[in-house]
Amino acid sequence: MSKRVGLEASHAAAEAARMADVDIIAAYPITPQTHIPERLAEMVADGELNAAYMPVESEHSAMSACLGAAAVGARTFTATGGPGLEYMHNVLYVASSMRLPVIMTVANRALSAPLSIWGDHSDAMGSRDTGWIQVFCQNSQEAFDMTLWAFRVGEDSRVLFPVMVHLDGFHLTHVTEPVILPEQEEVDRFLPRFHYPFALDPDKPMTHGAFGPPDIYFEAKIAQEIALRKSKAVIIQGFDEFGDIFGRYYHPIEPYKTEGAKTLLLTMGSFSETAKIAIDIKRNEGESVGLINLRLWRPFPLEELRQVVKNVEILIVFDRCISFGGPGGPVSSEIRAALYNQKERPRVVSIIGSLGGRDMSVKDFEYIIDRGREVAKKDSQELYETVGIRGEVTDIRGLK
Amino acid sequence: MREKRLKTGSDFTWRDIKVGNIVTEVGNAALRRTGDWRSQRPIIDKEKCNKCGLCWLYCPDAAIKPLEDGYYERNLFYCKGCGTCAKVCPREAITMIEEEEQ
Repeated sequence: MSKRVGLEASHAAAEAARMADVDIIAAYPITPQTHIPERLAEMVADGELNAAYMPVESEHSAMSACLGAAAVGARTFTATGGPGLEYMHNVLYVASSMRLPVIMTVANRALSAPLSIWGDHSDAMGSRDTGWIQVFCQNSQEAFDMTLWAFRVGEDSRVLFPVMVHLDGFHLTHVTEPVILPEQEEVDRFLPRFHYPFALDPDKPMTHGAFGPPDIYFEAKIAQEIALRKSKAVIIQGFDEFGDIFGRYYHPIEPYKTEGAKTLLLTMGSFSETAKIAIDIKRNEGESVGLINLRLWRPFPLEELRQVVKNVEILIVFDRCISFGGPGGPVSSEIRAALYNQKERPRVVSIIGSLGGRDMSVKDFEYIIDRGREVAKKDSQELYETVGIRGEVTDIRGLK
Repeated sequence: MREKRLKTGSDFTWRDIKVGNIVTEVGNAALRRTGDWRSQRPIIDKEKCNKCGLCWLYCPDAAIKPLEDGYYERNLFYCKGCGTCAKVCPREAITMIEEEEQ
């Protein structure tokens, strides 16, 4: 029998790692991720979890230690956020390129300066090209579910990629909510033991991390790229298997009240839940609007996106990140590019807000919807719109 | 012994890349011609050589090979022309010449 308990999202992620029976945790504390490694360290110290906890001296070392652990076939977990994620940036590429399925919770945090410990998606967007699988969570339940699912998918012999599970810093990491925890037997049924097919073994010597001169590097990268794209089938299979055992079904793209909607709002992470309330209000007022919760960020669910926006006129994309000097928020820029060659496509409106942990209320999302439709109708040439900023923002035009 | 061959050039596509670029056949670096960026090569004068073996001992890339008669020969498949052997030879039996000169 599963049980319903009040859990902070951070502790839900730690609990998932415990139930996955991880072998090694190597982590360095950073706000707002701290509660995750703290809880795991406690579990190891109390004998609730039979794992090695490595208190490393930095995030760069954390990820490096995780690589070594995964390379010998250990189930490996870590967590970080914001500047910590940036500090391990170069090792992130090594993990994905060496196909080492390290599972990592990222408590999304803004990047300095000015110094901010609060949340936005700047860190996640900075990691989008590192070759990791990336998913976003809306609530504490999903923090548990996605972490468990990440082991199942990342360690699958058809995948073998590291996975980042994104929790919005504070807005999600520090929120206590009811979480349904499964029985260990159910977890074991969902998640087989990790068998890394190329585990380092003195009796079967092989070379990990070889040198790649110009005559081989490009081939190596394309092989990695094809493998990551192919992993989407297993990602979806993993969602389905999760649903079959635990009763909660997830999808790369999750439409909410999109039936017949001419305007869609696209959000990621915990803000999707707030945005859904704005959609409910608009729908009650008889407006033709819906929402897309973008769960899977890498590999990007192109087909699913194109399918859901087929008959949509305006797609409003909410970004919690600025791409300085770029063509709009990173998510909206990608979505524009993904739809550009489609014969029929919605007008994509980029809206940037909630940087550095600024709250977004239901009213703010209602404003976004109204503003998005307004600028789409008047064929505005502004690259993006902002929400919640003091002072008028001008001169961010693509033309001129 | 199983014949080892490196698949190289146009017959090696991205499909031949192993998961994680892992090299499962260890020691195949020996099959790579790593001496092709050499700009100088050692010339060994057998008349001056007293078989002391310092060149063989100091070569950083095992590109000096001992022969059965006690003398040494260079292996240009691996030799990168660093000149260490010429520098350490107490009899000045090894000289470095420019690749273009040969």
